[in-house]
Parts: sequence; structure tokens; C-alpha cells
Amino acid sequence: MTPFVYARADSLGDTIAAGAAPDSAFLAGGTELLNWLRLGIAEPTRIIDISRLDGLDQIEALPGGGLTIGAVTHLNDVAQHALVMRDYPVLSQAILHAASPQLRNLATIGGNLLQKTRCAYFRAEEQLPCNKRQLGSGCSALHGINDNHAIFGWTKDCVATQPSDPAVALAALDAVVVTAHRSGGRRIPAAEFHLLPDTRPEADNVLQQGELITAIELPAAAPRSAYLKVRERESYEYAIVSAAAVLEMDGQTIRRAAVALGSVALRPWRLSTAEEQLAGTELGDREALSTAIEQSFAEARPLSQNAYKIELAKTAALRAIERAARMPS
Amino acid sequence: MNFHDRHLLRLRVNGEDHSLSDLDPRVTLLDLLRERLHLTGTKKGCNFGECGACTVHLDGRRVNACMILAVSCEGREVTTIEGLGNGDALHPVQQAFIDHDGFQCGFCTPGQVMSAAALIEEGHTGSDAEIREWMSGNLCRCSAYPQIVEAVRAAAGRVSQ
Amino acid sequence: MMISQPVARPDGGVKVTGRARYAADYFAPDLLHAVLVTAPVPAGRVTSIAVDDALAEKGVVRVLTHEDMPKFGRFASPRAEPDTQMQQAEGPPAAQSFMPMQGNEIRHEGQPLAIVLGETLEAAEAGARRVALRYEFAEPELPAPPEWTAIDKAAVVPRESGFLFLEPTFTKGEVDRGLSNAAAMVEAVYLQPSRHHNAMEPSATLAEWNDGELTLHDATQHVYGVRQVLAARLNIPAEKVRVISRHTGGGFGGKGWIWPHQVLAAAAARIMQRPVRLALSRANAYSCLGYQPRMAQKIVLAADRSGKLTAVQQDVVNLTTVTDDFVEFATEASKGLYATPAMRLSQRVERANVAMPTPLRAPVEGPGTWALESAMDELAHRLGIDPLDLRLINHADTDPATGQPWSSKKLREAYEEGARLFGWRERPRKPQRDGDWLIGYGMATCSMGCFRNPTPAAEVRLRRDGTVLIRTGTQDIGTGTLTIFPQIAADVLGLPMEKVELEMGDTQLPEAGPTYGSSSTMGVGAAVLAAAEDARSQLARLANLLPDEVEMQDGHIRRKGAAGGQTIADVMSHTDIGEIIGSGSFDPAQHGKGLAMRTFGAIFMEVGVDPGLGLLRLRRAVGSYSAGRIVNPRTARSQMTGGIIWGWGMAAIEQSRHEPVLGRFLSKNLSGVAIPVNADIPGDIIIHFVDEVDEHASPIGGKGIGELGATGVAAAVANAVFDATGKRIRELPITPEKLL
Repeated sequence: MTPFVYARADSLGDTIAAGAAPDSAFLAGGTELLNWLRLGIAEPTRIIDISRLDGLDQIEALPGGGLTIGAVTHLNDVAQHALVMRDYPVLSQAILHAASPQLRNLATIGGNLLQKTRCAYFRAEEQLPCNKRQLGSGCSALHGINDNHAIFGWTKDCVATQPSDPAVALAALDAVVVTAHRSGGRRIPAAEFHLLPDTRPEADNVLQQGELITAIELPAAAPRSAYLKVRERESYEYAIVSAAAVLEMDGQTIRRAAVALGSVALRPWRLSTAEEQLAGTELGDREALSTAIEQSFAEARPLSQNAYKIELAKTAALRAIERAARMPS
Repeated sequence: MNFHDRHLLRLRVNGEDHSLSDLDPRVTLLDLLRERLHLTGTKKGCNFGECGACTVHLDGRRVNACMILAVSCEGREVTTIEGLGNGDALHPVQQAFIDHDGFQCGFCTPGQVMSAAALIEEGHTGSDAEIREWMSGNLCRCSAYPQIVEAVRAAAGRVSQ
Repeated sequence: MMISQPVARPDGGVKVTGRARYAADYFAPDLLHAVLVTAPVPAGRVTSIAVDDALAEKGVVRVLTHEDMPKFGRFASPRAEPDTQMQQAEGPPAAQSFMPMQGNEIRHEGQPLAIVLGETLEAAEAGARRVALRYEFAEPELPAPPEWTAIDKAAVVPRESGFLFLEPTFTKGEVDRGLSNAAAMVEAVYLQPSRHHNAMEPSATLAEWNDGELTLHDATQHVYGVRQVLAARLNIPAEKVRVISRHTGGGFGGKGWIWPHQVLAAAAARIMQRPVRLALSRANAYSCLGYQPRMAQKIVLAADRSGKLTAVQQDVVNLTTVTDDFVEFATEASKGLYATPAMRLSQRVERANVAMPTPLRAPVEGPGTWALESAMDELAHRLGIDPLDLRLINHADTDPATGQPWSSKKLREAYEEGARLFGWRERPRKPQRDGDWLIGYGMATCSMGCFRNPTPAAEVRLRRDGTVLIRTGTQDIGTGTLTIFPQIAADVLGLPMEKVELEMGDTQLPEAGPTYGSSSTMGVGAAVLAAAEDARSQLARLANLLPDEVEMQDGHIRRKGAAGGQTIADVMSHTDIGEIIGSGSFDPAQHGKGLAMRTFGAIFMEVGVDPGLGLLRLRRAVGSYSAGRIVNPRTARSQMTGGIIWGWGMAAIEQSRHEPVLGRFLSKNLSGVAIPVNADIPGDIIIHFVDEVDEHASPIGGKGIGELGATGVAAAVANAVFDATGKRIRELPITPEKLL
């Protein structure tokens, strides 16, 4: 690691003031930042430890329905919180499919959204051609090994995917990312938090320097929701494809569906076209469900080695919907 | 906010208070335990949070020591494999690993044992499948996985009695 | 009787409490931490190494480059057959002849180019990032695309070297006739990727010099091998090198031979006149150490209508580095497994700018059974014969290659008892479903050659107080040596385990061979047995008893069958001897002359395939083995389940991918390279050993088992996948894109 100075934050105001200085980084769980420091992905000169900031690790019901989760709440505490388990099973499941129990005791819900891609070229111990490591150096995966890369929203500058499991659930839940910044905070829809590579391939998300996630807000309860993760080993591995489904039902008919796919693009990928068509579909009609899902894949574009992910993603979406439907309402 | 490139760190390790001066903030909890406190039972298998060999308890919760800056542990309590048992008496999980042959080379074992002890406290011993899933943050290349599950199941029974 | 008892491992106490110390757990005053700077490209020439920025890092003491290094000596490999012209060739236990940091050439990505030495690890690591390399890129030889035509075209006959253990070709009988007379034939190509050992302990070396003598704490499977190679490389007498390895955190072949980093650490310590610890990073472990090379095997099996093989033809090509020809003798499986009148086998290599491969659990028959046992399954289906029956039909009553009788073989029993435990004969023949999962059943034969190492000496000291000390320069890598050697001595001397102490892992102890190749029980075990018997004989003479007529039990020595007897203390109190030193050795040439030796077994597996999501999961397995006497069924069970899980990893998960443009391993970390986790492994794995004693392989009556369990498994999984889905997968690992 390149040398840095360290300070522990004790007030939100000081934190966002200090964080505005260039080359500053916030440290919460550390499970991503420490690896960036070791690999040279980030080389901040000042580290601001926000892990003990007051009031950022609470989970509370919102007055008008919904839930607010403090940004530095540890992943395991979110996933195993009674209200999250009861009202947002998709989020609980997504978290429990992420990383390992030990890492989830460190990692925070806010920090999790700031994960960078797992693309092997990006994560290499040597700096390889990669526009996310160094803009203008090219994308090694485009003509290299890309069997686990994007099928949606990629450009020739970057074909990577966003690996967060919770982010996929939050996108399907229409959650809101609440931030604080010296120039005022924002409320960012979770599905729009991450950036596709079309404008600034080096950027991962919409945050500005010094902007701090303070909370994640969940809208009204979504008990009929589920998360499905496909990976070659059974645990402690990133997804090849994942799917989050949130349903509202009228008997056996879908009233409203929200479906997001993970590890298929640089952001959780909402199947908006499919969602429209899913409304009004009977659950038992597998063909109708498949046809609806199919609509959102018109814009899928395989790379040289990952066409299989298109079929896989469709099945994952279908299974996630069926799994969500089986959840008790 | 007061930034420093050298820190005084006070923390409690295995019931003993330590005060460490002139600490480089780059030092991880893992390297602090191993290189400064010579508590080498906690192992460095990958240094990237990908193997679990460095699992310790931080304020009672299991964590990967390689993913923590030591300086951030100010005032906290760390338990390592050296501090798990009660003096010379083995913790029930340690005894169960011996009884059920839950190791071969022993390198991942301290991490496995620390993880298992925490897992039992967490209550994730409802079934063998649950144990397997919640023990999956600890790789064992000797592949003593079936025996590890047997050991955790047995220790859970003993702890709950 | 202690032998054959499921004794608990005596090393449990130190291993569950963190007191067991591995190489990186040792300290020395004034220790310097070493971090390697490695080649970012696979071929070229270093033109400059700028170290000023690195030296400017606080705590960085020195950056060593090839200009600082001494000229390393050659290591002449002692060949198995000393009369051949290859006697002086480089080879094992040196892992490769090429030594980095001797010039400016780059032969493979990840090759060490500089060593940064720091007062702290943080300083050395930061410094390493600041070393500025300039290099000229050269067009590398890259691995061919993973398909037969390209690999076949790139393949060449391996050159003579210490790594060429056997002839690269073997023929027997009239293959062409066997092929043309066949009623059924299978011709197929089986591929497998490169795979790393991924031991949980990254290799580490602490080197310290005192008055021209070198002491090394090292992560190794062979302390004496380290001593030999380091002495040669550093041009010093072997007696000046002491190597200590109390515990090694997993080997699997990766720490078997001696790699450049061990030499570099010692050289750095000599230059600095300070102790140096070089603990490889996980990334280093992918390119500074070996791996099982990517392989392609083309196999042709021909059989008559009854299923009897009429010919076997196999062409094997494995990847190797440009400087040394490592040969992975997968054809050994075909040579030793089935009766056939005709065989034509060949081994070739494909050279590329990649790191040097090395044996990996299980070598040789590991890859060999993947191809052969898949092809046998294909043949069985073509003939409409049950896969197990096809194997019984072709059972080799004598060694197929030489016609020699077996030292012992109970494979028929292993098949039968394994099939019964699994319910193979009763398995459902119609496609089975469990929700989204298709269920399939597969089996394969397991086999390993018997790799026997000489053990020059072992010592068993019997003390007046009835305690015993075993001294042997072998090492603990977790396989169970710390348990079974005391068991053997306790058995002979009639003492409980607690009375037996074992000292090992140090070249100051009597010389022993490596802990690899499933060879320790036969070799070191036999030497310990002989030493314990020698101690008992000496005690008998002191007790005025005939050594051949005594037995020892409960701390007493007596005439066989007699009651009571004298205690050890009583016998020894008549003398002024404080302890009796028994010594023993093992020379394989004295045992089993003219006999063929192998271990055998059968693996039966049930898998689930979710064809919608491309998932493959293990549901249960039965491994049934014919491997001679089992000294400790408890540690043996762990070895076999471990082997099966390694086989599962090979079948379903593991690969170290060669990046096709950059000429490096794509990922050099444990998140980019998956190995099995706990959740992958069901509890229902049954291990069975056939009751057997092989008195010819070794006086222990047992043979090696560490690798046997990992053979056959990949084929059994692929065969089960075929049973479940009708898809024949011929390329490992069986990942989702192959199953959709």
C-alpha cells in the first residue's frame, strides 16, 4: 500500500468536509478498500474511518411504510434483521448469498454498493490494459476471456459487470440511496446508482468526490420477493448471473412485477419491458412468463464467449419470479 | 479531523490490554497480530479476504483480520485462536476438531475453529446444510470438510448442554 | 495392537490451538521482509530496473536485481537409474533448471526480476510497487487454443532430462490389428485445464546465515531435497545447510520440488548479512511455483463384441515451459489398468512461455484416468454393457505392460464391495428427477502407481523410563505421518501412543525422502518399523531373550505367549545404558523384486444437474479401495475423502486459465480461481478399504493412499453427468456453459 494518513470521523459534518478533499477515501467495512489499496486500484493519501459514525448503523421503520437502513450497518445485521427477513426477503437472501459470513460481519450495506467489478483484468496484481484501471489503456476482456462478462449495456471500452448481490435486490425493490455531501445530499434511485460505460468508463457510480452514502431507504414491504444466484461453486463466490424478483399478486395473477438481473451489466439490469408484460400474467402459465421475459432480451448482446449467459439469465429470471410467488405474503 | 501517519493504538487481545505506539496505519490487524504481537496462530492464506485462514473474533464477531486496518481497532477486543480456550483447557470446538479429525495440515484450522466457535454462538447449526453454508468462508485445501461439519455439529451439542 | 487402529492425531493439540508453527511463523533478530518484483510479460528482456523510487520508501533497505546475484550452481539430478547417460542432467528435486535473476531474459510472466527488502512488510510491499521496470517485449510462444488439432500441431517429443522419468512412447502387440478387428470403438479427445495446488499456506522461507552456515525455515515436502538443491545452487557443501520444516501448510506436490524462491531468499540473506523472510504472496504462488499443466489426450479404445479390449491407443500432450520439458505421464494409467493384447502410447509436450508445471495431486494417473475412464464409459454404452461389467471383463490379472504378477491386488473385491455400498446394481436405469435436478450415476476405476522412495535411516530411541523418541528427517504436510509413525513404533514396542514422541522436519535428523508420491508410509514407515524392531531386539538381548522370540506389551518384554515379563526399566537398570538407539532403513530394491505394484479402487458417484441453470452438484459418493494394509483408518479416511474432493474440484470447478493474449494466468487469486468450499461437499461420502496386506511393497504391508482417492473421480463425474443428461462432456471442468 502507498502510505496514507488516517483519521477516525466522529461527526457527519466533519466527515463530508474532510472527504471533499481530493485523494480522500472513506473507510467503512474495508472489505473492498483494503484490496484496492493492495492492488493499487486506489491510492488515497487520506483515509477517513466512518465505521463508528453515530446513527449510521440503525435499521428503522419509516413512518409512512418502508424501512431505512443506516449505511454502515453490517451486511449480516441487515440480512438477519427481523423486519428485513419478513418484509424484504429478496434483500435478506441476496445478502446471505454474498461473500462469506466473516466478510458480511465487516462489510456494510452502503459500502457494498461501491464494489467495483470482479473482471479479472481489472483485479490483476499487475496493471493490465483496462479502461477502469487507466482510462485509454483499452479493454483486455473485449478480445480476451469474457465468458463471464456483460450481455447488456457494454461498450468496446468496458465489458465488465457489477458484482454486488444486494444491489440487484435494491434495484428490484426500487430502493433509494440517500447521500450527504458538502453541497447538499441527494436521493438516488438504486437502479440508477451505477453507471454504464457509455460515457465515462472509468467511473462506477454517480457519487462525487466526498459524497457519502448515509442510508438506504426501502419502500413499502415486499414479502413476495426472492433472489436467485447462479454460480459454479455452492457458496462464497460471485455470480455468473443472479436475479431478484418482487411481485404483487392478485390471487394467482401478477399485478405488478419488478425483476432485476445481476452480473449481466455494469449495473443491476431491470427488465422493464418484461415487467410491463408480466402484469396480468397468470403464474401457472410458464410460457406466458417466458414470453414476457423474452421481451427484455431484445437488447441483449453477447460477447465472443458469453452467449450462454443470455439463456441462463432468462431461466434465472423465470425461476426468481416463481420463487418469489411461493413466498408467503 | 486529525490525520496522522503514525498512531497510538490501544486494544485488548485475548484478555490482555496492549498499547502500541508508532503504528503505521497501513498495518492490518492480521499483520499486527503476527508481526508485532507474535500471535502467529492467525494465518495469512491470501491477504484478500478470499480464504478465511485469518478469522478472529472482533468484539465477539468473526471477521477476516486481513481486511481490517489495525488502527481502526482502537478500544476494541480481539480474540485469536491463542485466546479461545480457557487457559490450558480446550474450547469445545477445539476438542471436537481433534475428536472428529477435522484437519490435516492444520494451516486453515485456527480460522476454521474461530469460525466454528462463532457460528455456534450465532445459532447457525440447525442442520448440516446450514453448518456447511456458514462454514464456507473458510477454505480447507486438504478438504477435511465432512469431518469439519461433524466436529461443528458435535461441538454445538456440547456447547448447548 | 496399535496398527490398524483409528488413533486420533497427536498433532491435534498444537494445530487446534494455533501453536503449530509454519515457515512464516518464525522470527529472527533484524529480520528483513522480502517482496518479489516479477515480470509483467511472458517473454522479452529487461533493459533497466530503476530502484530509486523504491529506495525512497521509508523502511526499504535494498532492492536486489540480477546484477547483485551470485552465479548459481547447477544441480545434477540423481536419476532413478544411475547407469543412464542422464545421470548428470538437471531435474528433481530441483523443480526447474532455469534460475531467474541470473540475467535479463524473461521466460514467463511472473518470473522474479527483483527483490525488495524492507524493515517492515508494509515498506517492502510499497517499495515493490515503486520499482520501475523497463523491458523489451519479445513475441512469446503462447499455449495453443484448447483443441486437439492445434495442440497436436504444437506438440514435440520431450527432450532427455531429469524430468523424463520414463520412455515417452510405449508399444505392445499389434495395435492396428486390434483396431481393425474391433466390434466397437471409441475415439475421443479429452481436455483438461491447468490447475494449481492452491495450498492454504503460500510457500515461505526464512533464511539465516551464521558463520557461513545457512539455516532455513521452509514450507516444503522435502527438507533434504531443499538442502541438496540449495547447496548446489549456492555452491556450498550440503553440511552447511540446515533445513527446518516442523509443519507445512499443505503441499499436494506444490512444495515437493525446490523452486527458485527458496534459493533467492537464501542468496538475499547472504548478500544482506541479515535474516530474510520471503513469504510468497498468493499471486506469486501462481507463477513462481508449478501447476498441473493443461493437457489434451486422444484415446482410442477398441473391443470385441464381448467387451474385451483388443487395442488401446493414447496420445498425450501436456503444456510445459520453454526451458524445461515437464512430462505428465498420463499414459501410465492405460499401461497398468486393463488387460489388452495391444497398446500404443505416446507422450509429447507443448512448449510455451509459461511457468514450469509440476506434479499435482493426483499426477500421472489423475489425468490418465480422466481420459481412460471416460472412454471406458463411452465404450460400455456403445456395447450396451454395464460400465462396471466392462471393467470386470477387462480386469488385468497381471500387469498389462510387463506381464509381471501383482504384488497384491484386490480390485475385484473393491468393485464388488463399493457397488454394494453404493447400490450400483440397483440404481435406477430410467432418468431420475428431483425438482429442477436431473440425477445421474457414474463410476470409474481408481489407480496409482507405487512410488517407493528409499529411506536411508530412521531412529527409534527407547528410554529407560519406557518412553520412545522417533527421529526422522521426513516432514508433516498433514497427511498423517505424525500419527502413523508413532503408531508403528508403539505397536512394536507395546507402548501406548502417549509414550511415543516424534521429532521430524529437520535435516539434523536421519535422512528421509520426500513426502509426496504417496510414498511416506511405505518408505519412512518401513524404516521406523525396522528401527523399532532393532530397538526391541537390543532390549531382548539385554533381557537375555532371543530377539526373534519376544513380544512387547504394556511396557513389558517377554517370550512370545509367556505371561508377565520384565519392564523396560527393569531390563535397562541392569545396564548403564540410558537409552537404546534402534536404527532402520528402507530400500525398495530389496522388496517385491519382479512384481508389479499399484493401488486400486473404484469410485461411485451420484450427481445432480440443473440443466436450466447449468449447475452440477455432488449428492453422494462411495470410494472403495485396494491399497494394502491401512495403518490408521481414521487418517486414511480423511486422505480418501480429501482425494475425492480434489477429484470433484478437478471435475466441476478448478481451472487456472491461460490468458490468450497477455500470456499470463488470467487470475492469480482465490476469488478468480475457485476451489471447492464446504457447501459443495455432502456428508454422504463413504470410504471403504478392502481387507488386504501387501507384504511385497513394503514391510508395513500397506501402500500409498494420498493420491489414489483423487484418481478416477473426474471421469466418474462426467459419466454421471452423461447418465443424467445424455451429454458427454470431454473438457474439464464441467462448468455451467457446458451443461446448458
